[in-house]
Amino acid sequence: MSDSRLRPSLGAAFLRPGSSSFADFLNEQAPELLPHRRALPEGSAADLAPHGTTIVAATFPGGVVMAGDRRATMGNIIAQRDIEKVFPADEFSCVGIAGTAGIAVEMVRLFQTELEHYEKIEGTTLSMDGKANRLAALIRANLGMAMQGLAVVPLFAGFDLLSEKGRIFSYDVTGGRYEETAFHSVGSGSLFARGALKKLYRDDLDTEGCVTAVVQALYDAADDDSATGGPDVTRRIFPVVGVITADGYRRVSESDVAAVADRVIAARMTRPDGPTASLT
Amino acid sequence: MSMPFYVSPEQLMKDRADFARKGIARGRSLVVVQYADGIVFVSENLSQALHKVSEIYDRIAFAAVGRYNEFENLRIAGVRLADMRGYAYDRRDVTGRGLANAYAQTLGTIFSSGGEKPYEVELFVAEVGDTAAEDSIYRLTYDGQVADEHDYAAMGGSTEAATTYLKEHFTPGADLESAIRLAVQALGQAENSGDTRAIPAANLEVAVLDRTRSQQRKFKRLTAGQLGRILGTGGPGDGPGNGNGNGNDGGGHPSTDPSGPDSPADPTDTAGGSVPPLEDPVSGEPERPDEPPVAPPVS
Repeated sequence: MSDSRLRPSLGAAFLRPGSSSFADFLNEQAPELLPHRRALPEGSAADLAPHGTTIVAATFPGGVVMAGDRRATMGNIIAQRDIEKVFPADEFSCVGIAGTAGIAVEMVRLFQTELEHYEKIEGTTLSMDGKANRLAALIRANLGMAMQGLAVVPLFAGFDLLSEKGRIFSYDVTGGRYEETAFHSVGSGSLFARGALKKLYRDDLDTEGCVTAVVQALYDAADDDSATGGPDVTRRIFPVVGVITADGYRRVSESDVAAVADRVIAARMTRPDGPTASLT
Repeated sequence: MSMPFYVSPEQLMKDRADFARKGIARGRSLVVVQYADGIVFVSENLSQALHKVSEIYDRIAFAAVGRYNEFENLRIAGVRLADMRGYAYDRRDVTGRGLANAYAQTLGTIFSSGGEKPYEVELFVAEVGDTAAEDSIYRLTYDGQVADEHDYAAMGGSTEAATTYLKEHFTPGADLESAIRLAVQALGQAENSGDTRAIPAANLEVAVLDRTRSQQRKFKRLTAGQLGRILGTGGPGDGPGNGNGNGNDGGGHPSTDPSGPDSPADPTDTAGGSVPPLEDPVSGEPERPDEPPVAPPVS
């Protein structure tokens, strides 16, 4: 059974009526492919693998923006400076990951396949809450690994086609799912990013204003958190920014993000702490 | 008590094949045509909910005729196999050929196993490539045979009439609109009589694998509105393909009026004025005003 995926034939399990969930199907047919079905030896594995750091998301009228810095760390070492941590989950949602990078990337792939699989089998897409709940189930299944130091904490955002607005969901390692209003951040630099967004966020921002606000927030996170990468001007590495509107997911082009980041950096040359907010 | 009769293996297989063929022929046909930017599937389907054409993976689509519950089962199995392989390896490692082989094995096993009744289905598995030369279309029959199809293919219902029509009128590298019109006309060909039936846009299920789509997933369904625009929603007797600027008289059945074919519902559209001519001025064949007009071939 374990090599069932290697044989290009349709065994009885494929033809059996069953769940429209891909994860459930794997659980029965090829459990070794699921991140959480692997036996781990005792002890903490936290220091073995790179960790992803800060993700921020903010809504604006007509959509939602998600951005992630590009750094992965292993202890005091920068494991990777151009890692991508924001992924489209399907046409109208995206997921950003903080925590153990290897498990997180695998979980995103599983989540993407899960949504597409449901869509193809059922002929319709899951509701926004349905997607958020499926992601919660995947994280809940990972609790055992989280307790050994391999935690994954995603941020999920998307455009809800029913209510026609952007929505953001955060999670904890036990699979707890919490809907956030306006903006949210996860990862090691999230405290600083959230603090920055508290002062910068307006609920009438346009797309470009919202992108600028999240880039500012990531700059502040990198300013105070060593594990979060700031804009790398020498290598021209800038945050990954995704925008979701009624037209679907769109990744903001490298050059557009670079232009926003360059403006942010230029302004910080005169005031390193960033723009001021009014006192009242 | 039943007596065990001896049935020769040849007879047994023939009976099973006849059974499956009869079941498939009862349904309506489905046509697949290659066009410049991909592959289009057209079928006559009165149901909006039960699809005959579906997406399997990024570049692969599935089309079937026959018993719905049987091919739906096969479709879900194909989606499971494709998603599982794409997840275990990579998205590019899911191929139409691999899927066609899997279906062939499954159908062949079911056909030759005595315990189950053979599936009454016929399938197309199509994969769109980066160029038209890399497109592939596989036809799978109830007994697990695989055939490689090129340019166009038809199955179910009046397959022969549709294939003959496609063979006569197919042009490679056509655009999507004319490919759809060609396919709809092919579906409208009646077996034996050579007459054409106009199929309303609402009764058609049309989907494409479009290589020019920017998304990774190339499968797309066409809505009834889009179809109506492509086929032209004319008055009575206005067959598909008419009034689109390409309704040239190709031979076979020239109309009496240079502006379009004769319509029995509207005597004023003929060259002679209010009274339709009793016979065709070119061929001398008698007109049959009680029968629908033969639509001109797509150029």
